[in-house]
This record gives sequence, C-alpha cells and structure tokens, in this order.
Amino acid sequence: MSNVLVLAEVSNTGQIRNSAGMLLAAASSLGTPVAVVAAAPGAGAALVEPLGALGAQLVYVAETDQVDVLLSSPQVEALVAAAHALTASTILLANSADGRDVAARLAVRLTAGLAIDAIGVREENGRIVATHSVFGGSYTVESAFDGEVAIVTVRQGAIEGKADAAIPTVTTESISVDAASSGVIDAVHEAVTATDRPELRAATTVVSGGRGLGSAEKFVLVEHLADALGAAVGASRAAVDAGYVDHALQVGQTGVTVAPQLYIALGISGAIQHRAGMQTAKTIVAINKDADAPIFDIADFGIVGDVFTVVPQLIEAIGKRTS
Amino acid sequence: MKIVVLVKQVPDTWGDRTLTSSGVLDRQASESVIDEINERALEVALSYQDSNDAEIVALTMGPASATDVLRKCLAMGADSAVHVVDDALAGSDLGWTSAAIAAAISKAGYDLVIAGNESTDGRGGVIPAMVAEHLGVPHLTFLTSVEISPERISGERDTENGTVSVHAALPAVISVTERSAEPRFPSFKGIMRAKKKPLDVLTIADLDPDILSGMGRSVVLTATQRPARSAGTKVVDEGNAGNQLAEFLAAEHLI
Ligand SMILES: Cc1cc2nc3c(=O)[nH]c(=O)nc-3n(C[C@H](O)[C@H](O)[C@H](O)COP(=O)(O)OP(=O)(O)OC[C@H]3O[C@@H](n4cnc5c(N)ncnc54)[C@H](O)[C@@H]3O)c2cc1C
Ligand SMILES: Nc1ncnc2c1ncn2[C@@H]1O[C@H](COP(=O)(O)O)[C@@H](O)[C@H]1O
Repeated sequence: MSNVLVLAEVSNTGQIRNSAGMLLAAASSLGTPVAVVAAAPGAGAALVEPLGALGAQLVYVAETDQVDVLLSSPQVEALVAAAHALTASTILLANSADGRDVAARLAVRLTAGLAIDAIGVREENGRIVATHSVFGGSYTVESAFDGEVAIVTVRQGAIEGKADAAIPTVTTESISVDAASSGVIDAVHEAVTATDRPELRAATTVVSGGRGLGSAEKFVLVEHLADALGAAVGASRAAVDAGYVDHALQVGQTGVTVAPQLYIALGISGAIQHRAGMQTAKTIVAINKDADAPIFDIADFGIVGDVFTVVPQLIEAIGKRTS
Repeated sequence: MKIVVLVKQVPDTWGDRTLTSSGVLDRQASESVIDEINERALEVALSYQDSNDAEIVALTMGPASATDVLRKCLAMGADSAVHVVDDALAGSDLGWTSAAIAAAISKAGYDLVIAGNESTDGRGGVIPAMVAEHLGVPHLTFLTSVEISPERISGERDTENGTVSVHAALPAVISVTERSAEPRFPSFKGIMRAKKKPLDVLTIADLDPDILSGMGRSVVLTATQRPARSAGTKVVDEGNAGNQLAEFLAAEHLI
C-alpha cells in the first residue's frame, strides 16, 4: 500500500492538534497512514505514541530548532523531505489557517495539484477524488488531480471515524529551513478554551445568537441554552461586530462552516452569508420576532417570538425532560 | 514603497450563485462585484499611503468584465492597475492562478503584496501563500492588524487556536481578514480621476509563457446542486412555544 502523508499540527506547548485524528482516519482509507511532524530536536519522541494511538503506522519526525520561530516553512520542509523519502503521492492537511499556508507553499514546491476544504477523500480507479461542499453547501463538487502528487486540505470536523491504533515505526531526520523566505513568529497567544463546551466545528448541536440578543450581557442566554443542550456556541457577524462574542465563533460565509445535527438560531435574521455557514445542518430551529425573517425559509421548526421569553421556557422544559 | 493589492471579482453573495455541471462559475447567473475582503486589503494600503510615500497597484486575474473591479480600486485611490486576462486561463485552478498572478507581480515590481485572506467564492485562502512561494518571499496570512514600515511588516495573525504576533522582512506577501480595516468610499473626485489612471492589460504571452507548464492540477469531475431546503413548521408564540419546541426536539430525538 502506498504511503499517505498527514501533517500533524503541534502547538508550541507540544500538544497534537485535534485535526490529526481526522486526517489519519482519512489517510487509512487511502493507504498507509504516515504522520509527519516538525519538531525541535528531541521533542518528537513524545509525539510518537499519541500519534500511533490516532492511527499513524509510521511517524516521520523532521527536526529543526526553528520550529517555534519560523512560520510554515519548518512544516513545508518536513513534508518535502518526507514526500521524497517515502515516495508519497498523497498528502493530507487540515484546512486550518496553518494547514492551508503549508499546503499552499508545498503545492508550488512539489508542482502538485491542490484541492482545498474537502469534506471527503476517496480513491477511485487509482485516482484520488476529493468531495467539496461549495457556496455554503448549495453544491457538491468532486475533484481529481492531474500530475503525480495530490495535496488535499480537509475541513475540520468533516470526517468521522477513527483509524485503528498502531505501534508506529519512527524515522527521524534533521531538516534545514531557509529563514530568509519565511515569516517570523514573535509570540503565541493560545486561545483559552476554559469552556467545557464542544468545539464549534465538530459539535453535534450548535446554538447561535445574533444581533437580536441586544448586548454582550444578554448574550448569556445563548450560552445557557447551549449548556442545557451540551452544545457549542456560535454567532452571526452582526453579533461579533457588536462585540457580544469573540469572532472565532462567527458562523457563515466569512466565518466557520458548521454541519451539526441540530442548529438553533436565536435572534438571527438569516442573511444569505449566515446561511452559507449552517444550511447543511440536519435540523434547523429558529426563534425570531420578525415573522418575515429569511431564516424561517430554511427552518424545520420556526418560532415567531421573543427569545427572552421563549428560550427560558425551553430551557426549563429541557430540564424537566432530562432530570 | 510599491504595494500590489490583489483583487478578485466574485459573484455577489447577496444573490444566487450557480455552477455549471462541469463546475465552472456561471457568470451570467449573478452580478459580479469586487470581493468585500479586497476592499479591506486595498484600505490597508491606502491608509499607509495617507501618511507615507507609497505607490499602489491593483492587480487582478480574471475575464474582461473584471476591469470593473480595477476601476473601483482606482476610484478608491490606487495609482494604477494591472489586469491579467487570457482565454488560456479560463477555469484556472489554484496552481495556475497563483503562477499567473506571481508572474504579473514580478513584472510590475513590488515591495509588499496585500491580498484578502480568503475569497468569498472559492474560499481557498491559499493563493497568497502560493504566490509567496512562487516569488520566494515570506508570507504572513490571516492578519487582523498590520503595521507597515519601509523594511518590515508585522501584525497579529488570527488562527483557530488563538492569535500569533508575526513579522517579516520586505519584500513579502500578506493577507488580511475582515477585521483588518473598514474600506473608504470612492469620492466623486476619485471616480473622475480614476478614468485617467493607467490600466495595463496583460496576456500570458506578455508574462512568461512557460509559467503554466509542468504543474499538477486539480480538476473538477462533477458539480451537483443540492436540493434547496424548505420551510417546516412555523408557530407564533402565544405563551407556550418554548414547550412546543421542547416537544419537537424530543420527538426528533434531539434531546
Ligand atoms: C461579504 C460578506 C460576508 C459576510 N459574512 C458573514 C458571516 O460569515 N456570518 C454572518 O452571520 N454574517 C455575515 N455577513 C453579514 C450578513 O449579511 C448579515 O449582516 C448578518 O448575518 C446579520 O446578523 P444578524 O442576523 O445577527 O443581524 P440582523 O440581520 O440585524 O438580525 C437580527 C434579528 O434579530 C431579531 N430580533 C431582534 N430582537 C429579538 C428578540 N428579542 N427576539 C427574537 N428575535 C429578535 C430581528 O427580528 C432580526 O431578524 C456577511 C456580509 C457580507 C457582505
Ligand atoms: N484571480 C485573482 N486575481 C487577483 N487576486 C486573487 C485572485 N484569486 C485570489 N486572489 C487574491 O487572493 C486572496 C485569497 O483568495 P483565495 O486563495 O482564492 O481564497 C483574494 O482575496 C485575493 O486577494
């Protein structure tokens, strides 16, 4: 079986990012899953066991002392070295900000075909085929590759399942990275995930609030419902722009795309750009004062009403049922 | 300082956007506009120019109709524009697009390239870093704030895991997010002046004819439209809608 490379993103505190599991699962359906990491000399060893648990049969550790200093290029060089050493023709990365930067430079370097934001990858007649959901889920597009190497970035949270755990073999090489053509990292401010809530991208239930919540203080209503449902919190751009919540929670055209089992929109009008980020949810519920709000056109259950009266009643009813 | 701003014409997100079955954008089906994010990219350049010596070039690759977005940039304050247009580039994938843009940037000359973080139609978010690799210079992408100085660029980079402070020596390529800047409106004077500003039209032959050879490609096999969603139950709250919703969720096994 051919080697399929996965870039395992690692935080500056040595944490393997969540995307690795999904990517290794996808890789295991295509060939032998290989995790590639860029690490400071000596720091790779600690990553081997957890990557094996996620399904890596081989871990390729590319060592450089520049890993916390230079932007993208350590990972690009790691993948270039691994692709050559392991004659890999398929490389999977997360469709994250970091993953896309690495994929972009790598594709040019290897003169490879690049497909972005795949929600599925499969092999068909010896060809890699990627599936994409475009224009906010209005279209499903399938793409393939001309050329020897295929690079695919995979939407985070899009692939379910897990690869079988393995005891990986390990290859460690040192790489050199050209600092002159690279951006420099001065400081990292890791987002504080003090919350027990599920991650927005992978959550099975999402409760989002819009401008209709009126203020940051009143936005807690959204959080209360989310906690009653074990859901992630999202928001419209208007709510983000008004400063109710951090923009990492923005759902839509220029925010996060979610496809949960249940999406509840509170005080959100349902502008086309918001719908682009959530309309493939299995079930959509909307609560809005305005009977003509476009969100009702796509809601499986719509309530014309005030969120401040409907939602507390809903939370109470949920409490009664679950207790 | 010479700043090249990359701008793209996209179908208006306020309208219906359609693809043909071969995955090509149906340009007849919707109005084309300058991508909102590129107005912000241009604003980053213009606000630097407001108090510093800078020349700003707006650059696009796209069909003949894309001249409109360049005119808009010139009206907002860009000094000149470059339009790469060639039938051979119709339906280009990311690889071809980045190669053609990089060749045009090299020809124009640059100290800094500013792009949008991600286009609203393709949502690739990879062209800026691909262009940087072609040019052999650093990239800083997804910037929410930008500080430009004659030798150096720095800013805050926004990722799903937090923010990262970054810098790079010029020349470099950066991309900015929708939090970077609020674009100005073209003034009447700006619109009048735009008509006299230079707009260069280039084909592949004017660039490097070999740029597209030997590259791997991503090719669309099929594009299928999903059935549109339809509205389900809609109730007007008369004091019991919260309970009704809880019943609905229970019946759907969602709670
Ligand atoms: C290029 C571009 C990209 C964009 N990207 C995004 C994106 O990624 N995500 C996004 O969300 N938007 C995006 N937008 C913005 C989008 O067009 C809308 O402006 C935005 O989604 C509106 O947010 P909203 O629904 O919260 O606010 P509004 O449209 O103001 O709606 C608020 C709603 O709350 C209701 N309401 C008020 N009070 C109550 C109450 N007490 N109880 C119940 N209902 C109440 C009102 O009836 C109204 O319908 C983008 C726009 C552009 C041009
Ligand atoms: N055809 C194009 N012409 C000019 N600039 C482009 C083009 N395609 C992409 N860009 C630039 O790259 C940014 C990111 O685009 P993308 O990688 O396609 O999401 C855009 O906001 C533009 O600044």
